[in-house]
Amino acid sequence: MDLLKRSIAPILPDAWKAIDAEAKRVLQLNLAGRKVVDFKGPFGWKFAAVNTGRLAMLPSGPIADVASGVRTVQPVVEMRTPFVLDIMELDTVARGADDPKLDPVIRAAERIARAEDTAIFYGYEAGGIQGLVSASPHAAVVVGAAADWPRGIVRAKEALRSAGVGGPYALACGRKAYDELASESEDGGYPLRKHIERNVLEGPIIWAPAVVDGAVLLSTRGGDFELTVGQDLSIGYAFHDRTAVELYLTETFTFRVLEPTAALLIKRS
Amino acid sequence: MGSENLHEAAEALSSETKDTHRAITSLVEELEAIDWYNQRAEACTDADLRAILVHNRDEEGEHAMMMLEWLRRKNPLFEATVRTYLQSTGPITEVEKQMKAEGEGGEAPDASGSPPSLGIGSLKIETSSKG
Repeated sequence: MDLLKRSIAPILPDAWKAIDAEAKRVLQLNLAGRKVVDFKGPFGWKFAAVNTGRLAMLPSGPIADVASGVRTVQPVVEMRTPFVLDIMELDTVARGADDPKLDPVIRAAERIARAEDTAIFYGYEAGGIQGLVSASPHAAVVVGAAADWPRGIVRAKEALRSAGVGGPYALACGRKAYDELASESEDGGYPLRKHIERNVLEGPIIWAPAVVDGAVLLSTRGGDFELTVGQDLSIGYAFHDRTAVELYLTETFTFRVLEPTAALLIKRS
Repeated sequence: MGSENLHEAAEALSSETKDTHRAITSLVEELEAIDWYNQRAEACTDADLRAILVHNRDEEGEHAMMMLEWLRRKNPLFEATVRTYLQSTGPITEVEKQMKAEGEGGEAPDASGSPPSLGIGSLKIETSSKG
């Protein structure tokens, strides 16, 4: 048995499969950061920190004429979000039900995806994580109307290029920005999102619900942003009573911005 | 002729399968060479010749491991088995069972037979545009 303690949960294998499949489906839909940043791992539960290669010098050594410093590392953050499922409902899977009610799984998957992406885009100071938007030295490009998105993206690409950041690029769009791009059309009726992807961005537009103030243009060439995962997203068992079982979604990870100039916020005014 | 050991018509095989065949054939040849040099070094009577044969044998060991690493990077079967068995400790026949029990690396099934992680990993979208 490992930390997840799944083997002692009162859940049949088929029900576990249904829970895992639902969580995976929602996570793959909601996780936006993983679609645009480099991924390292998974390294398992025992992985504790990323070596930064840096040394923090101490003001004095243990004795005279001996300098010393402490190696700096970036520890992984362990996140966990609980959810409760009805045991009788889970047992319906064993009786052949193919539509078990797994709404709590969906909500938990959305929560942990939002937590990971918030840390990636905006940082998580208490966990020692700086986000790629927070780290960006570029002034945000402001888009005043739906029709201005192409021009705004061109300006943002130009800003990255001027900073020496090459493509390919991707655009991570918050809900409102994504909806706007998906619903608007050019004068000729061609969908704005497709026009931008093919002719302006020359890269993918990603649905990124964690982005709250517009969209983020970033390079996906590699080497700029690094998500390091110890234990990848997993479902574990907490406890149960006669009618319900509490499970949780968990992961350990940290995120590093290696090249702050490789991302730029595009705000919708 | 590249190889006479294909078991199916070359036209019926993908370039990946043919490259894997080349790598496996090369690995077999390197391992055979280690065996041959090893025997010759042990049997020969001249110390200088033995030193050369031992040197050559050790070089073949490097070649074999480079080939094995290529196969590991390209082939999921090698990737999974290399991770399980190489650099393990304890009885080799128990390694797989031990891995399953401990869930090492976060990828092996747990006691319930389910994977401990959901296997999400990287979702990075590869694009070729240079913008």
